[in-house]
Amino acid sequence: MSPGFQGRRRTTDPALPPGQYLTEDFPVLSAGPTPRVPLDRWEFVLATETGDEFRWSWAELMALPQETPTVDIHCVTRWSKFGTSWQGVSLDVLLDGVDTAADYAQAHSYGGYTTNLPLDDLRDGQAWVVHGYDGEPLPAEHGGPARLLVPHLYFWKSAKWVRGLRLTVEDEPGFWETAGYHDYGDPWREQRYQGD
Amino acid sequence: MTAAAPGGRVAAPLGWRVARLAQRRIETPTAQTLVLSVPGWPGHLPGQHVDVRLTAPDGYQAARSYSLAGPPDGDRIALTVQRVPDGEVSPYLTDAWAEGDPVEVRGPVGGWFVWRSEQTAPVLLVAGGSGVVPLMAMVRARRAAGSRAPFRLIYSVRTPADVIYADELRTRARDDFGLDVSYVYTREAPDGWRGEPHRIGLADVNTHGWPADLEPLCYVCGPTGFVETVADLLVGLGHPTRRVRTERFGPTG
Repeated sequence: MSPGFQGRRRTTDPALPPGQYLTEDFPVLSAGPTPRVPLDRWEFVLATETGDEFRWSWAELMALPQETPTVDIHCVTRWSKFGTSWQGVSLDVLLDGVDTAADYAQAHSYGGYTTNLPLDDLRDGQAWVVHGYDGEPLPAEHGGPARLLVPHLYFWKSAKWVRGLRLTVEDEPGFWETAGYHDYGDPWREQRYQGD
Repeated sequence: MTAAAPGGRVAAPLGWRVARLAQRRIETPTAQTLVLSVPGWPGHLPGQHVDVRLTAPDGYQAARSYSLAGPPDGDRIALTVQRVPDGEVSPYLTDAWAEGDPVEVRGPVGGWFVWRSEQTAPVLLVAGGSGVVPLMAMVRARRAAGSRAPFRLIYSVRTPADVIYADELRTRARDDFGLDVSYVYTREAPDGWRGEPHRIGLADVNTHGWPADLEPLCYVCGPTGFVETVADLLVGLGHPTRRVRTERFGPTG
């Protein structure tokens, strides 16, 4: 197809989704300035489709059971990074006892970013609100104080600077999803752009 | 613009199209502008990018994203590619790709980091290195549309030899009414330059940008550290975060 092209960084690693390449760096993708959120004003708000709200302050989040997932992450800009180590709270803990009939969630962030996911993709040990990376507090440029971590989807779904989740009956596309990116974003099916 | 216009919901898949190299321009020792002939190209907005995919004889494929460097010329689009020494795709495009040889492209992609010629607000463009490419697309689109939106471009480079589009920027700064271009040199400044080489700072952005109360739209593109610095400076100078749009160049090989 492309005469003379052999490809150099050939990887047959079955853990690498199609069209991705491995990086040791941790590149940053975001659409605007990095918000700085003081911890004493930080809160996480989970709102259901009926208007019920559940709130956690920073101290309350820290008091919840903590997990240390080590996962592979895949960015739609084609880099993947294996074995990243995080610390945070499972969404199963945050959703425990929340009475909802919603099928979707829209994550929203300090700074205005939003992204949408099926609620089922946030359950069963698949998603966390993380505040630590590699044993250190999560740096602001990587989404600190806290970000969503949903490693089985492209990394834009792991909303940085997360401030809450709104549970919805209908699927409501978020920031990148209304800018041409795929609604679901499964890296194993290369769902990068709408229509993929 | 087209079915693939950004901002709207696109139902049809963005398919891969065959593209052939029509023309190559050397911009700097490490950057080239590649003009691609893409039959059926649907058009694009300044700031958007494309994915370029290469296929080896055994079927192995590698793809990377590149910013479009200017408005389309019929079926022709221009990309400016910075050669990444250890890269997989960019050295092929800059060193091995011959005129007439096919690659595949897909796009246009991206609906946020774009400038539309209907916009009349002042625009501040801040480029770090090859981050100038999508911003140059905006400068060129402004000229092509006859827009009177006031534009300022601050372009940070290591040395004068690293300035991409140097001649054209000189011409446009002279001829395009309402366009100002200023430079920041980080390693080596040209003869006669006032001041020492330095990394971009508050004084540069404050002097050569727009005051926040003019409510300009700011576009910042470059390496992550550069973008973080400039975006923080703009917020510090009072620009609302919603008026500061960023695009970061990671290691894209």
